Amino acid sequence: MTNLPPNGSGASRRGLLKCMAWAGTGIVWTVAGGVPRGLGLGEALAAPMADGFTFVQISDTHIGFDKEANPDPKATMSEAIARIAKLPKPPAMVIHTGDVTHLSKPEEFDTAAQLMKGVKQEVHYIPGEHDVIGDDGKQFFERFGQKGSKTGGWYSFDQGGVHFVGLVNVLTFATAKAGGFGTDQLEWLEKDLKGRSASTPIVVFSHVPMWPIYPEWGWATEDAPQALSYLKRFGSVTVLNGHIHQVVQKVEGNVSYRTAMSTAFPQPLAGQAPAPAPMKVPAEKLRSVIGIREIDVFPSKAAGITDVTLA
Amino acid sequence: MLKRVEKSAAVAVVLLMAGAIGAVAQQAQPVAADAAEIDIQNFKFLPDTLTVAKGTSVTWVNKDEEPHNVVSLDRVFRSKAIDGGEKFTAVLDKSGTFKYICAVHPNMRGTIVVQ
Repeated sequence: MTNLPPNGSGASRRGLLKCMAWAGTGIVWTVAGGVPRGLGLGEALAAPMADGFTFVQISDTHIGFDKEANPDPKATMSEAIARIAKLPKPPAMVIHTGDVTHLSKPEEFDTAAQLMKGVKQEVHYIPGEHDVIGDDGKQFFERFGQKGSKTGGWYSFDQGGVHFVGLVNVLTFATAKAGGFGTDQLEWLEKDLKGRSASTPIVVFSHVPMWPIYPEWGWATEDAPQALSYLKRFGSVTVLNGHIHQVVQKVEGNVSYRTAMSTAFPQPLAGQAPAPAPMKVPAEKLRSVIGIREIDVFPSKAAGITDVTLA
Repeated sequence: MLKRVEKSAAVAVVLLMAGAIGAVAQQAQPVAADAAEIDIQNFKFLPDTLTVAKGTSVTWVNKDEEPHNVVSLDRVFRSKAIDGGEKFTAVLDKSGTFKYICAVHPNMRGTIVVQ
């Protein structure tokens, strides 16, 4: 570990760890020419964003969690929000990919909504399974539902030449052993994408990963292959998920997949624990394994994705 | 000193008697148990299949740190979040076979047969 460049390539161990650490908390995306490009927080500061724009992903804030892995997720969520406010290039908007709360309790939704007021940009939410416990998401959609969204909570919108699609894959658990969209949502998605030019950059976001990272732990979406069949013809597709509290990525053809860090606590690597429970790390290490994500999107390049830890 | 020992002995006798009474009560109703317990541990329902008499109150005890819940697929019973260390009780007064899941972790599945 000597003489590594400070802005080390992805091949350096340090660079990799930095990236992984950030994966749980937030990612900054830049969209330029319609193709999201992920950047590290450090890079995002320096990169010229001529005709693109940046947005931020935060995920798995788990307000209401009070166990050893992070006794105060309110504090870390506040830190994540403060990071967003301090980004040198202000993001155009923010997406929250779910598990806003830990137990779907009214007071948890209240606290989270209050904290999110610290985000000055528009925020687009989709629920995680922790947000819909016992009421199929009634409280969640009342507070964080997208205006004009369909029954079921999914939606799409266009921003800066990019087509964004927010999908819900935490409400079909009676039939799926992992995440699932269901036929109504898949039919809607097919119609939503039909007629759009293949050169339109697409960003799809949902809580549970849309590719099978570890189905034994529910880290998969059972009917995602059908959704992806509608997306394949597009030249640039970026899939952003949360749920697993760590950055895992995969590129397949024109589709780039990436999960995000949590702002609350990390989870074990797939299969490396008896269950996908919160992972305890020494208190002084916590902020290096949680964070946010900055995404830079450009008109004609791949999105730049930067996972930024709170350390 | 002697007094204190006597007192302890008296307490022990009372406790023994209480235990004996409890045992007698249990023997009197061997089949119609009116309460049963299911542990939730390491993301599993233990036992994952349970047969109870109609009217039994079944309590799920979450021994994980992670929250779980229980929802029968036909919505006969359904809990809110059961956080680590918490319990949820449902009185099952309808006979049938009820498959249920944890909606937070849908690969967790269990069955209750109410007779």
